[in-house]
Formats: sequence, C-alpha cells, structure tokens
Amino acid sequence: MTYHDKSPPESGANRREVLVSVGAGGLTLGFAMAGKAHAQDDALRPLNAYVTVAPNGQVTILAKSPDVGQGVKTMLPMLIAEELDVAWEDVRVEMAPNDPKTYGRQFAGGSMATPMHWDELRRVGAVARAMLIQAAATAWNCGPGDCTTTPGHVVHKPSGKKRTYGSLALACASVTPPDPKTVPLKDAKDYRIVGKPQPQYDTAKIVTGQPLFGIDQRRPGMLYATFIKAPVFGAKVASADLEAAKAVKGVKAAFIVEGDPNAFTPGPGQIGQGLMPGVAVVADSWWAARKGRDRLNVKWADHPSAAQSSAGFAAKAKELAAGKGVRQTRNDGDVDAALKGAAKTVEAAYAYPFLSHANLEPQNCTAEFKDGKLEVWAPTQNPEPGRQLCAKTLGLKPEDITVHMVRGGGGFGRRLANDYMVEAAWIAREAKAPVKLVWTREDDMQHDHYRPAGWHFLKGGVDAQGNLIALSDHFVTPSHGEGPAPSAGMSAAEFPARFVPNVRYEVSPMPLGVPTGPLRAPGSNALAFVFQSFIDELAHAAGQDPLAFQLKLLGDKDVVGEPPAAFGAGRMRGVLKAVGEMSGWADRGKLPKGEGMGVGCYYSHLGYFAEVAHVAVSPDGAVKVKKVWVAADVGRQIINPAGALNQVQGSVLDGLSEALHQQITIANGAAEQSNFTDYPLMRISEACPVEVKFLKTDFNPTGLGEPALPPAIPALTNAIFAATGKRVRSLPITPDMLKA
Amino acid sequence: MAYTLNVNGKALSADVDGDTPLLWVLRDTLNLVGTKYGCGVAACGACTVHIDGQPMRSCQIPVESVGKAKVSTIEGMAANPVGKKVQAAWTELDVAQCGYCQAGQIMSATALLTKTPKPTDEQIDEAMNGNICRCATYVRIRAAIKRASGQKEA
Repeated sequence: MTYHDKSPPESGANRREVLVSVGAGGLTLGFAMAGKAHAQDDALRPLNAYVTVAPNGQVTILAKSPDVGQGVKTMLPMLIAEELDVAWEDVRVEMAPNDPKTYGRQFAGGSMATPMHWDELRRVGAVARAMLIQAAATAWNCGPGDCTTTPGHVVHKPSGKKRTYGSLALACASVTPPDPKTVPLKDAKDYRIVGKPQPQYDTAKIVTGQPLFGIDQRRPGMLYATFIKAPVFGAKVASADLEAAKAVKGVKAAFIVEGDPNAFTPGPGQIGQGLMPGVAVVADSWWAARKGRDRLNVKWADHPSAAQSSAGFAAKAKELAAGKGVRQTRNDGDVDAALKGAAKTVEAAYAYPFLSHANLEPQNCTAEFKDGKLEVWAPTQNPEPGRQLCAKTLGLKPEDITVHMVRGGGGFGRRLANDYMVEAAWIAREAKAPVKLVWTREDDMQHDHYRPAGWHFLKGGVDAQGNLIALSDHFVTPSHGEGPAPSAGMSAAEFPARFVPNVRYEVSPMPLGVPTGPLRAPGSNALAFVFQSFIDELAHAAGQDPLAFQLKLLGDKDVVGEPPAAFGAGRMRGVLKAVGEMSGWADRGKLPKGEGMGVGCYYSHLGYFAEVAHVAVSPDGAVKVKKVWVAADVGRQIINPAGALNQVQGSVLDGLSEALHQQITIANGAAEQSNFTDYPLMRISEACPVEVKFLKTDFNPTGLGEPALPPAIPALTNAIFAATGKRVRSLPITPDMLKA
Repeated sequence: MAYTLNVNGKALSADVDGDTPLLWVLRDTLNLVGTKYGCGVAACGACTVHIDGQPMRSCQIPVESVGKAKVSTIEGMAANPVGKKVQAAWTELDVAQCGYCQAGQIMSATALLTKTPKPTDEQIDEAMNGNICRCATYVRIRAAIKRASGQKEA
C-alpha cells in the first residue's frame, strides 16, 4: 500500500471544473445498464456515466453512493476499474452527483452496495473496455478478437503492438457500446484489483486533516447556525427571547421555526423526522451562535407525550404480556400442547433499550440559496429523499435543488434521515445567506430516531432427546398507528421459525411518542440477542453443547423457505462449524473459573455469521471480553479485504459496546442522556482482538456493513452465562447483574 | 479582540472573543478544519491538539489562555518526524473507517510516541483511552501505533 494524495477537493464547484476540463479533450464513457436487481428503474434510465478517460491516460471513476465509513467510495470504483483493466494507482475517484435518473438509487444502507452493484458495475467497466478495444481494432483494421488489454493499454495480440487508453478515448465517440448483459467479464483468477487489499481512497486526506466531511464545508459569505428543539419530541415553542440572543456579538439573526406539522412522520420514502419546531440562531461564528442560543430562555408548549417514561413503557409491556397478543403473526403446530408434553420448558422475559446512533460527527449541513435555487452539502446516507423532503417542506421544485454528497463521519443509519438537511435549508432561506448548521452533541443525542426498545416474553420446550420442539414469543413493540414503529417490526419467519415444529409469534403494539428508526442491522441488532440467548437457555436446559444444539436445530437441508425469506441452513451450519474450530470451542471446559465461551449465529443482510466470545467476569461483575472469533459467509469473493476485515471487526466491537454500555432512557417525555459522559461508547482499553475467517462459497458476494454485529451480542451474553451461570436477559449489561 | 497564535510554527491572528474555545478558532476563523468537534466536553478526543507538545482537548481551551504556547494540529503533523511516521502507519494499515476521529487519534498517538517511543499495551490504553472511535477501529489503531514504534503488531 502506498501513501499518496491524488484525490480532488470535495466541493461541487471544483468537481464541475474537473469534469469540464477533462471533458473538453477526453471522453466520458456512458451506457445504459440493465442490472437485474432493479430492472424497473432501468427502463426509465437514460445513459449512465461513470468512467472518463482523458487523452493523457488519466482515468476518473465516479463513486455512485455516499461514503460514511463503509468504504464504498473505494469499493464500488474498484469493480469498474477491475473490468476496465486499469492500474488502481492510475484511477482518480470522485463522488457522482445525486442523480437517480442516471445512476439509479444512490444511498448507503442495508449493506446493499455489494449485492446491488457487484454485477452491474463490473459490467460498466467491461463495456468501457470493450469500447476501447473496438476503437483500437478499427484503428488497426483488425477484428476486436485480435485484441486484448493490459492495464491502461489495448494490445494487438498477433504483433504485440500497444495503444494507451488515453490515445483511444476520443475515437470511442464513434463506437457503439456493446450490450452490458452479454459483455464478457474476467475470470476471478485474473483479478488485479478485486480481492486485493486497497486502502480507502480518502485516507491521505483523513490522516492529514484536509477538508473532507460535511462539517468541513465552507461557502463564501457563509454564516453559522444552531437550532434548538424541544426536549419533548415535537413540542412547539411557546416563547423565546430572540432579542437577547440577537444582542450577542456576532449574532445576525434569531427566529422561531414553526416546523412541519407532519414532521414526526414526514411521509412515504422518508426515514426519521422532517422539520421539527424550534429556534434558530445564526451568527458569524458557530461559537457566537451557541452563545446566542444560551440566552434564548425558550419556553416549550405542553405536549401529549411529556408524561411518558422508560419505566412506564416497561410496566405497560408487562401488562400487555399478561394478555393475548393483539396480532398473531405465526402459529405452526400446537405450541401449548407441545409445551405441556415437553421434557423441559423455559420461560423468560427479554428486554432491550432505545439506542442512539451517536455518529462522532454531529449532524450538520451547509445550505445556500441563489436565484431561487437551493444547493446543499450534506453528509447524508440518503440524498434523494433529502431533496424531496426539502422540496416538499420549503415548497420548491425538486429540480431546483442540488444535493452534494459529502463524506459523513459515521452513518449507522442515522443519516438515512435528512432532518438536518431540511433544517439547514429552511434556516438559510430565512437568514438570506449561506449557512452551515451544526448540531451540538446534546442536540444529536436528544433528537435521534432511536433504535426502538422492545420486550419479548418467551416460552420454549425441549423433548427427552433434547430437541427443540416448541417456542412462543409475545413481542411488545413500539407502534405508530396500526403497524410497528419504524424498525420495530419482526418477520414472521424470524429464526428459529421453520426449524421448530410448534412456533407461535404474537405482537402487541405499544403507542409511544419517541422517534424510532434504523440503527446498523435494524431489527437484527435486538432480535439476535433475544432469540440466540433464548436458544442458548434451551440448550442448557436440554443439557447440551449450545453449538451442537444449534447445528442440530439447523437440520440437514441446505435451504429452508422460499426467496425472499429463504434461509441458507447449510451456509449457517458451515460458519458454525468453522467458528467452533477457530475458537477451540471443544476445549472451553479447560478455561479457568470465571471465564467462559458463548456462541451466537445470525443471518441478516444476506450474510451468514457465527461468532464465539471468550469472556472473563470478575467477582464484582466487571466483564472483560478477551477475544471474539468470527466465521462469515458472504459468498465467493471479498472485494476489498482491507475494508471487509475492518467492517467486521468494527461491527463486532460496536455490538459489544451496545451490549455493555449503551441505553437511552426516557423521562418526562425526553431522552435523559446527552453526551458521551452518560452515553458511553467502547474505548480502546476494552477492545479485544477479533479474529475473522471468510468462508468462500459459491454465492454472489454480499455486504459487510451490518451482518457481523447481531451475533456478537448473544455470543457475549452466552459467554457470560458460561462464565458465571447468570443469564443476561436485559441490556445493557451492568456489573450489578453479574456480582458473585 | 485580536489574538496572535503560534499554530504549526506560523503566527496566525484571530479576532474573536477571548472565551472562544481554541477548537472553534482553528476551525471557523483559521480554516484549519482537521481538528474535529465531537462532544464539546472533553469526552471524545476528536479535538485533540498539542499545546507545547502536550495532547490537549481544544474544545476546553479558551483562546485567551493560549498565549505564546506552540499549538500543533493535524495539519502540522507531516512536518513532525514522529507524526509523519504515525500518519504513514495509519495509511499502511488502512486504520480509518469513517475517519472522523482519526485526526484526534493521530495527535494522541504522536504525543504518546514522542514521550514513549516503545509503548506497552497498557501505555497505549492509557494514552489513547480519551479518544473515542465510534467505528471501533481500535484493533488497527493499536496495530498502527505498534508499527509506528517499530514493534511487533500483535
């Protein structure tokens, strides 16, 4: 790996200059693509444009989707560069414009970048290569079959003569692109870029502190804004001392924002909140804006959710659990009869709290109005819905809004919402100046869309042979209207359904006024803890090795169920066996007193993961995780091994951090935590080694931003049980739960 | 009021209120945005700079208290022999995920290695525990510090 800086500045103005200057003498290769994954979009799509080859040989590849640390600004262009056949060192990467008509859906979420683009973007590169070959064949008056490529060159096979891509770029204008569906792709054994560890493209900027992130943006004449919202989600401003704020040196404006009456649920296609009510202070520096804000003395109007609390939710969940579930989502066999006839039964209540995303870069956005048009620079994971939200809220036409995707300091699902974007746009219009809105850490933690809390009331039974024969779950979950609140649902196919003859899933909704939404591995980040811990309980009740118990539970079929809910039981058995071998599971009985190993496995985001944690628990209840082993099956090809390993290790430690430390509690309708002092994140002294093995299986590659996280939590709680005999049934884990 | 600061060996002037934290003077007034805002209460380390070689949280330093002290930021680390080694190790091991905390991590690591050229794991924990990495790249942060110090990485 080399240390170099060839990345261009991140501003929109500079990007246009680059395109214009290259475009004047080079050629942008464009083609309509037909990826199977979203054929409906493709019918509407005009030519795509990803690759530019300049006459001097400089290759520019556009990165389609926003990078928030998951590495797609590097990984997606690698796919194109591989099939284009250029040296990675010769590639310059730039962010694509937000333009779904050209590029299809551009977002960072669901670990979807790999499965959506593995085929499509390789074909983009292969089409470009075929065009360059055709241009050379025409010049040499030979057939394209007489030509091949070496990185950056077309080679005439019979004579060995060569032309650089740069010298052929202009001639490509008269070449008809081949059909991307049938263009030949490389054999994996010939890969030069894919499968080789590539450092993140923006590494040089990151380690030298160059402007890169949303919060680093700057516009001529820009002012700085802060926006205070009610601690009770959605409460309106009753009064605010705007004059006191304006009296602070440097403050240019202070005003009340009524907000969108539908801000709590801003509509289809939107995640998180819209424009909530609050007070904006705009100043010539952010510090002056903050000082102004401190003088506002805002009084908030009464709000119906001001009485709600975490203690109240827990009590209500218990009350609901005493009755029948409001909805039954699954009822296989006869659970009650099977439980009656079971050799052993277990009954347990599990609970997990609200969680905040806590991106280290607080939410922020820079917005500028010029001639009725809005331009925003946003560290968003989801630019197009942001544009639509701004259009709807501000009464603008979407085509009059440009969203520049800039790097986000962490995503984790928080930046799938665009509340910060619509706030910045509104404030910039009111202030009649370009504005950079920066949330305080406290704003960020108290105005999130939280991972929903949830409560599960489980029963399970095993027969005399130790087979899991019955399982029921009554799930009490936050709701909005009829359905579950965002990210608070559970599939009727949730494992171990379909592997146990008698299964009943019931749901009771609990209305609440806390905004919820996706956090890394939504749903799975909580359900893996619940079900994998409960299965571990049942294994112990049956007197069996928990890993062997899960292998037996997974049966002998390779696939159970139909797409899209098919479950690759064979793939899961593969990772379970592998993690058992890696971790020395069979020898865990030799661990000293107070130490233990636990296993968890989970399928999410198309990836199969099994993990073993080794913990030591001291008599005062302190948990030290000594090591985690991960066996992963995400298909036949790891595209960027450097990024892949980093994602898996980070996901595992993120999961441990959630389980060991994190919770948002609600009191008087508001989040009680406000900063890293009361919402602690894992620090380096707690971070254990994480050993990772990727099993290569004959499936298309899938994503790695999320699926390693869910099983880390039950691996930890099951290891704690092995070490102490104490079962963790609610998160976060506290020393009090585990004191000897 | 105008303050003249010694930042990365240059005299830079900033006309701001004396209570303005150094963090915001660096970012908003001097346009040195490598130093990051994370928490505002010295709990995350994203704003770490060196004041006369000592790692400090710039969100807690009013500009009026800086005086003639030498301020070094991430933008100055390429000119610091230890900082340069740390940056190279960070690059070679591809430490970053989102990268937002890494300026602060590199500042803390550089201060550690300047004082303790071959740190033990315990010394790494002690020096780096004030720096949160939300992406939890800690395995690589530790390895990069070992590499920059010429020690075995695992």
